[in-house]
Amino acid sequence: MSASVELQDVCADFGNFRAVDKVSLSIEAGEFFSFLGPSGCGKTTILRMVSGFVSPTAGTISIGGKDMRDQRPNQRPTALIFQNLALFPLMPVWENIAFGLEARGIDKKARRQRAEELLALVDLPDAGDKAISQLSGGQKQRVAIARALAVEPSVMLLDEPLSALDLKLRQHMRAELRAIQKRTNVTFIYITHDQGEALAMSDRVAVMSHGKLQQVARPREIYDNPANGFVAAFVGESNIFNGTLASRTHELGTFQTENGVFEGRLGPGIDDSAKLYVRPENVRLAGAATASNSIAVEVTDIAFEGNFISIRTVDGSGRIIVSEARNDGAGLVPDPGAKLYATFDAAKAFILADEFTAKPVVAA
Amino acid sequence: MNDLVNRYGKTLTMTICVLTTFWLLMLVIAPNLYLFENSFRLYLPVRDVGGPKDVYTLKNYLTFLQSPIHITVFALTVMYSSIVTVICFAMAYPLAYYLAKKASPKHLPAIFLLLTVPLWVSEIMRSFAWFIILSLKGPLNYLLISGDIIEKPIRWMTGFRSVIIGLVYTYVLFMLFPIYNAVQSLDTNQIEAAEDLGAPWWRIHWRVILPHAKPGIASGSVMVFMLSAGSILVPTLLASTNSRWFTEIIQQWMFESLDWNTGSAYAFLLLILCTVFVTIVLRVFGVKLSDIAN
Amino acid sequence: MTTRKSDWLFRLYLYVFLAYLLLPLIVMGGAAFNDSRFPSVFPWVGFTGHWFVELWNDTRLLNSFKNTLLVALAVVAISVPIGTAAAILINSITGSLRSALYGVMVAPILTPGAVIGISTLLFWNKLSVSPGLHLAVLGQVSYIAAFVMLLVLARLQSFDRSLEEAALDLGASHAMVMRRILMPHLYPALGAGAVIAFFQSIENFNITLFTRGPYDTMTVYVFSKVRSGITPTINALAVILIVVTLAGALAVELRRRQAERKAAAPVV
Repeated sequence: MSASVELQDVCADFGNFRAVDKVSLSIEAGEFFSFLGPSGCGKTTILRMVSGFVSPTAGTISIGGKDMRDQRPNQRPTALIFQNLALFPLMPVWENIAFGLEARGIDKKARRQRAEELLALVDLPDAGDKAISQLSGGQKQRVAIARALAVEPSVMLLDEPLSALDLKLRQHMRAELRAIQKRTNVTFIYITHDQGEALAMSDRVAVMSHGKLQQVARPREIYDNPANGFVAAFVGESNIFNGTLASRTHELGTFQTENGVFEGRLGPGIDDSAKLYVRPENVRLAGAATASNSIAVEVTDIAFEGNFISIRTVDGSGRIIVSEARNDGAGLVPDPGAKLYATFDAAKAFILADEFTAKPVVAA
Repeated sequence: MNDLVNRYGKTLTMTICVLTTFWLLMLVIAPNLYLFENSFRLYLPVRDVGGPKDVYTLKNYLTFLQSPIHITVFALTVMYSSIVTVICFAMAYPLAYYLAKKASPKHLPAIFLLLTVPLWVSEIMRSFAWFIILSLKGPLNYLLISGDIIEKPIRWMTGFRSVIIGLVYTYVLFMLFPIYNAVQSLDTNQIEAAEDLGAPWWRIHWRVILPHAKPGIASGSVMVFMLSAGSILVPTLLASTNSRWFTEIIQQWMFESLDWNTGSAYAFLLLILCTVFVTIVLRVFGVKLSDIAN
Repeated sequence: MTTRKSDWLFRLYLYVFLAYLLLPLIVMGGAAFNDSRFPSVFPWVGFTGHWFVELWNDTRLLNSFKNTLLVALAVVAISVPIGTAAAILINSITGSLRSALYGVMVAPILTPGAVIGISTLLFWNKLSVSPGLHLAVLGQVSYIAAFVMLLVLARLQSFDRSLEEAALDLGASHAMVMRRILMPHLYPALGAGAVIAFFQSIENFNITLFTRGPYDTMTVYVFSKVRSGITPTINALAVILIVVTLAGALAVELRRRQAERKAAAPVV
């Protein structure tokens, strides 16, 4: 039975340092929910608060509608996958997996059987009697997952589980984790600093910085409509233009920069520190200037990155503007030194505040 | 404390605290405090205890300070214990260096096995062994006579030399192992670098190895001095009438005079001696108490 | 770039040192077989085993040996839990409190045995506990627990706390966490601690002398015999001790070599 998780105005203080600042959000039962942010943004603290190892300084955490205030870690319906996996080195694989059942007083035969079932589920059918030290990184991962699933948690908490794995294995495990989540329908709360992971696996993502939520939305939304400068810069790449807001009409505004006046979409809560953000893949290089949103540039560098090509250009004052083109032979790849115009649609340019220090944007 | 409660729950944490408190309070702190307090009281017959004669006094300590014999014995104990410590260091250091840096590692377990046999055999046996060897009709004299080195058997067990020999033999291993541990933790590359720079062997020891071995030397010195000054077995077995050890006087007070009060004063003097020695060593060598733990 | 000559000198010193350590014990052992009233090796009167027989018949000695064992077992039973508890406690504390606590815990090791013995005797006497084997146990525990504490504390440094959290997270009770997670990690230190406690207790003299009351332990009995009248029965006892310890040490060494060979063997 998966459960929903609710955080209301949750704060966490360590001495004078506020690690988590008034976080409120609602995670649905059966959802794959990720917290994304750089080291120190507070995501690990939130995870430890949900699992019960840290008590919130303020606010409430509820699981399945029940307030977890007085529930100790071993009383909560959660299971945590640690970053270093924390597999018990002195027990064989099956005892590791069956440990939660042992804690519930289930007899040895039933435990062993259930451990074998779970090993089959994570595709490690003959590993039961092996020692932990004999397993590879990916195998240890799967044992950790099996161990957590054995206690049939309502909420699975995963603390950057893939960070120690190499690239190929990481990609493979991403798919596996997603598959397991869909199969068991357990609520997954996943924390990571790798935006590719978060975007690929999650139903919704919460981007955090300095203990505060910056944006909570579906991955597509986060990428296509970043709520502020932090999200735009942290998730994916962005060309950033300094300047001032010149005028605004409903959702669109004009932005005064050194290179001229640009049109863009207005983000929420704009203040004086707004900047203009354009993603490289939305910057086109054309032979002639367009009516608006156009900069004269010279091509300096072309980097072939596999499935896309990154083109670096400089404008008159030497600032760098990056454009990206897909490597499908359709677009024209310019030569270095070519003098072109970098253009972009107003609908794909964002005028955004830097970072939210108060209320974030929570989308459905 | 909160940390422990979080990890192990209230009951287990309570148990842990109770056990530790019992040990530290009842077995370490309280007895020593009581010893200290008792050393200021007079030895009174039972019925006078708690009465008007039961006052705090320095008399027990004065007994010591006013007895030239006791003072001399105390001073000699300090002096000879220090000599024993130095001799043990001189004997142990070269061997510790060899074992830590030069001996091949695969022989080490066997060597250590042999080295620790005397420890397992226990202190009394170690003292007793030399009692036999040094006795008038013992093998040492026998060997010397049959080797024509001397004509008449030497009375070895007179004066302090037999005590020194016995103490060194009994406690030298307590100097060896800490120094071995300390030297072993020295990165051999440092020694090789010093050699490479052209330093002669004595300078390498003086500037590179000895400084690194300081915690081990401190630990060993403290142990050897404390064991020697407080030794009862060796001085009793190997000493004679003209070489008394301070612990013998303590024994007299406790068992012959049954004056536990003066006895505790003298015992406390021994404790102060060792504490002072430890403090001096810690200062001189610049190490902390936690470095001494072997 | 050390010269071969200095290596050779060191090796020689090692042999001399070993001889220095072991010859007296051999002499002492040899005297056990010499048919001479006074323990000696020269002159050799005749080979005999009758001192061993006399040893066997010395009931007081056997009794004192039994007392020694009782005390040692009690000391192990008490000092291992205490030392372990103290190590766990001090490991969870930091700062100046930790240093202070550490100092108090290590102090008994640096205290002369005579002082520990006398202070124990006096203090418990005040509490109306008379001297005896139980008091010897208490006196010995005061410093032997410190040894156990040091061993367990060292072992605790290599313990991964997240294992405890994982266990709690999976629903284990606190008792289960300690029993299934912490203790198994500590077993090597507990084992070593028990062994050290046992042997330290057996050979203890200074503390036992003051606290034993009317009871004999082996060390005290041998001591009193040496002062009164020696016969080579003591040497016979020494031989037995040496043989037993050598046998034990050899067994440990053989086991260690076996474990080494196993670890080096390829894993299929």
